[in-house]
Amino acid sequence: MKPSSLSHYEAVVGSQVIHELRLLAGKLAGKKILHVNSTAVGGGVAEILNHMIPLFNELGVQTRWDVIKGGEEYYAVTKKIHNALHGNPEEFTAADRALFMETQEKNLKQLELREDIVFIHDPQPVGLVKRKEKYKNKWIWRCHVDVSSPQADVWEFLKGYVEAYDRSVFSSPAFSRKLSIPQALVCPSIDPLSDKNRELSAEEVDAVMNRLKIPRDKPLVTQVSRFDRLKDPVGVIQAFKGIRNYVDARLLLVGGSADDDPEGAEVLLEVKEAAGNDPDILVLLLPPTSHLEINAIQRASTVIVQKSLREGFGLTITEALWKGKPVIASAVGGIPLQIAHKYSGILTHSIEGTSYWLKQLLQEPEYAKKLGENGKEHVLHNFLLTRHVRDYLLLFLSLFYPNQSYVIL
Amino acid sequence: MKRAKYPFIFKAQLSLVEMTGVKAATLCQLRDHLKEVPESSVYYHTHHFLRQHQFASPEPPNDFAYWVTHALQEGVLGERLAAIDILQFMTLNDLRNAFIQAIDLSFKNGCDAKDLRVSPAGMEFHFLKCTIFTIPTAEIAYDLKEFVNCLKRISPNCLYNHVFESCLRPPYGVNDFSNWLATNLDEHDLARKIGRLDPYTQTMEGLRGKIIHLAEQRMRE
Repeated sequence: MKPSSLSHYEAVVGSQVIHELRLLAGKLAGKKILHVNSTAVGGGVAEILNHMIPLFNELGVQTRWDVIKGGEEYYAVTKKIHNALHGNPEEFTAADRALFMETQEKNLKQLELREDIVFIHDPQPVGLVKRKEKYKNKWIWRCHVDVSSPQADVWEFLKGYVEAYDRSVFSSPAFSRKLSIPQALVCPSIDPLSDKNRELSAEEVDAVMNRLKIPRDKPLVTQVSRFDRLKDPVGVIQAFKGIRNYVDARLLLVGGSADDDPEGAEVLLEVKEAAGNDPDILVLLLPPTSHLEINAIQRASTVIVQKSLREGFGLTITEALWKGKPVIASAVGGIPLQIAHKYSGILTHSIEGTSYWLKQLLQEPEYAKKLGENGKEHVLHNFLLTRHVRDYLLLFLSLFYPNQSYVIL
Repeated sequence: MKRAKYPFIFKAQLSLVEMTGVKAATLCQLRDHLKEVPESSVYYHTHHFLRQHQFASPEPPNDFAYWVTHALQEGVLGERLAAIDILQFMTLNDLRNAFIQAIDLSFKNGCDAKDLRVSPAGMEFHFLKCTIFTIPTAEIAYDLKEFVNCLKRISPNCLYNHVFESCLRPPYGVNDFSNWLATNLDEHDLARKIGRLDPYTQTMEGLRGKIIHLAEQRMRE
């Protein structure tokens, strides 16, 4: 798909937002930026860079993107690092460290890294910062991973590299660590022009709902997430059962296919068992590329639930809010950054609380509508791709004004 | 119509949020850290909601009030913190002290009281701060008519800069619009009326509409 241009975004966010991006970009004239990560396709980082880099270049900030190379063994080590950063115990051996460092050295021989700003994404290429000494350029380390409770030895190993950077960037205050370098907070974003988020006509929504055979004769309560215990799908069913005596509604649990995930298949069985023969509880499996379908389902829903027990930033909530839907979500991970309780959605801590608020929102559609409107506005101003681009421009500028809390450009 | 010698140059204000690594799970911790965090953190937590929720009316309160109410479930103190009149304070340090004082007053049995609530896991208060950037826009006004036309076009970030942020810069307590109208166009009455608007209790667009209304009313006189 051809990348969208600034004029396309202007139609969504308004000319003032784009004008400010141009003003900021003008202050970076002549600077060259290099992004480095570990994969050109697949994964959230590659997706966001694919959308962003054309926008930076259109703004006049010369930006390019390199990908490091590593063999299968190297990626097995980085997978271990990834798991350990998430707090899942891994044995991180001396051989793993040696292979990690050796791969950094090999890539240093291949990559020049002399741009004014080198922007490294995630742990895989973190060791490239060694080159900073040669060119005295500015280096940023962007951590896309939840490192709120990492395995200590793995984090200490990485920290040695991270503290050589000029700036670090995290997605949520809860993910940050004690570091000797400044830590910026840059929340993730959604692309309002992607298939998952673009406006759909009523006919498009109807067509998808009919094709997927999802009846629309009752208010629809939906949770979109993979079948994972941390998303608590069984808890959602229990919360839904708690309102049945008072409200006539239908629950839809929609998630990715569980074929290649043994735990996912197990959770799916538990979900089906909890749903029993209730005709008002639907469980739907969709392929991971079903962006348009998810968009339509979210738009057709009356209330959207995200009852996660643990969550990263929670972009599925951002997507639901963007569609103007009232959202009930757990107060975990990055969710409280997106939902101010009773203003732009509802935050809950239990099955009972979720049940209570479901009943409230289904019975008070005017209040639910107001929450949905506020939620959409909140995303418009704070969690779209253009805000992400703006934060990165500010981040780049901040490198040239170290230790200043007030900068006049 | 009088033309100013020095034009009003509209400037947008944008901020990059940074983490301090400091967090609180109880009221005591909130108070103790509040004494030590940089002023830019006090500023962030008493102002960012205005921009993040610029569309909402009623707006959520400042971060301290919101956290005390929703994470600690301390409704009475939350209400008191929400009611702190930010406009009254000329410096961020004075504002900081007002919050500390309100928290101190709420301690009936001192800070070690066993019944002091702890926020649920994951809902701790993370102290953030921000680096503020101001950047001039192409919008420039020499007289009242141009001023109104610019006001209609500027971004919320620009409006924010001249109404909220300006009160914390010399001349303290005066917004940039009122200052320029009075000192460059001798529009003292209009400056006073704009200065009396409470920006903290209305949406950014509501505020823009009121300033434009007052200026247009003056032009018709």
